[in-house]
Amino acid sequence: MGKLIQNGIRIDGRKFDELRPVKIEVGVLKNADGSAYIEFGNNKIVVAVYGPKEVHPKHMEMPDKATLRCRYHMSPFSVEERKNPAPSRREIEISKVTREALEPALILEDYPRTAIDIYVEVLQSDGGSRCAGITAAAVALADAGIGMRDMVCACAAGKVDDTIVLDISDVEDKEGQADMPVAYLPNLKQISLMQLDGKLTAEEYEECLNFALKGCLQVYEIQKETLQKRYFSEVSKSE
Amino acid sequence: MSRRSSIVIEHLRQEQMEALLKVGKRLDGRGLTDYRELKIETGLIKKAEGSALVSLGNTQVIAGVKIEVDKPFPDMPDKGLLICNAEVLPLASAYAEPGPPDEAAIELARVVDRGIRESEMIDLSKLVIKENEKVYAVFIDVSILNTDGNLFDATSYAVVSALLTTKIPKYEIINNELIKTNEFINMPINTIPISVTMAKINNSIVVDPTNEEEMCMDARVTMTVDEANRVCAVQKGERGTLSIEQIKEIINLAIYKSVDIREKIKGVVYGKEKEQ
Repeated sequence: MGKLIQNGIRIDGRKFDELRPVKIEVGVLKNADGSAYIEFGNNKIVVAVYGPKEVHPKHMEMPDKATLRCRYHMSPFSVEERKNPAPSRREIEISKVTREALEPALILEDYPRTAIDIYVEVLQSDGGSRCAGITAAAVALADAGIGMRDMVCACAAGKVDDTIVLDISDVEDKEGQADMPVAYLPNLKQISLMQLDGKLTAEEYEECLNFALKGCLQVYEIQKETLQKRYFSEVSKSE
Repeated sequence: MSRRSSIVIEHLRQEQMEALLKVGKRLDGRGLTDYRELKIETGLIKKAEGSALVSLGNTQVIAGVKIEVDKPFPDMPDKGLLICNAEVLPLASAYAEPGPPDEAAIELARVVDRGIRESEMIDLSKLVIKENEKVYAVFIDVSILNTDGNLFDATSYAVVSALLTTKIPKYEIINNELIKTNEFINMPINTIPISVTMAKINNSIVVDPTNEEEMCMDARVTMTVDEANRVCAVQKGERGTLSIEQIKEIINLAIYKSVDIREKIKGVVYGKEKEQ
């Protein structure tokens, strides 16, 4: 037995296939066209969507569809040691993969010559912040009324003490053997984000991917619940 | 359907490419899972402790390794440092521009770095001169000289080949003073990680995409495989998506293709050592 798993229980008390507690709120920022706040374990992330709007700089404008832009950023106080507020190489890469994870779900052709900006701000970071950010961003995009083919839900799985587990936490990420963040379009059954740090055999890879997809589907249920509560309860109140 | 090309001739080229892919062929005559010719030359930069020039078809990159002595990171006092960087030089294509690296160049450097780091190719614990105080810092810099697709693999092979041929100048601490000796130590190698990049175009998976194919691809996946056939690092890029079946196909393809390329790199690197 390793130090991260004892008697089938993980260091934070979870089972192998158990998510951390997830809470999503929608419409939390007044100025944004769409917004969401997510608590995913100890992650606290706020996301704003602005657009469709005019494109600046003009050369980024596309004649046949909207220009999607994304910024993932960590607040200096979100981590143990103060993070320099300037965007790091890690943040630039995560901004890129977040945009690419969300883009296949969006009907950008409906908004030619416009820009849609997504801002993901990590206020407090735990393991799996890119997945939590993508999950919240998808809800914020729906809140902004952007046409979508599907939701995007995201969750990581990984390997800790030679065991495949769902939803890697901060400690498990640092001390564990592998971390695989995945984003999923649950109705189209398509994977739009897949990364891996750490060693897995082909068999472990498939098992890990299946774990991550199961996690994504649980996250999807929470996303749906959140949006239903926000929109359908309001409709019934006004009627 | 979204189309990335807007010029008519590119449209025609794309239609031709897609028609060929349906029957398992490619514009340059390769099969779907064939690599272009891989050429590797090592040790050509004498000022660097290790170097390699790699061409993969018309893609050409050069990697150089410089060794310095530095303080270890506070959270890893018993490990040497590894820093990997890549830059697309303005001479590499008509579309490359000078200036700070853009997100594509940052992704390239980070994915290559991840493959080397996560496979534990280098035994960093052997790069310590004095714990907590002095360790070797391995700086790997890659310059892209000519772009024709699949920068990920070309860069990774250049980095791996350069590291395999690196000789570290030996330093010692004598009476609290850091002294450079005349001796050299070999880079401590655990495994040879091989990066395999695949592109999804429509619903076909091709290996080692050219620039033309990259213009038309929906998604790109880079998998780095170690000598025990384990996948050590993965990056999916671009706006397209993949099904679970396609991912299973890609894992097996990456493991299968990595074997030949590893042999090729070993042949060049160790063959050359025998000659000397």
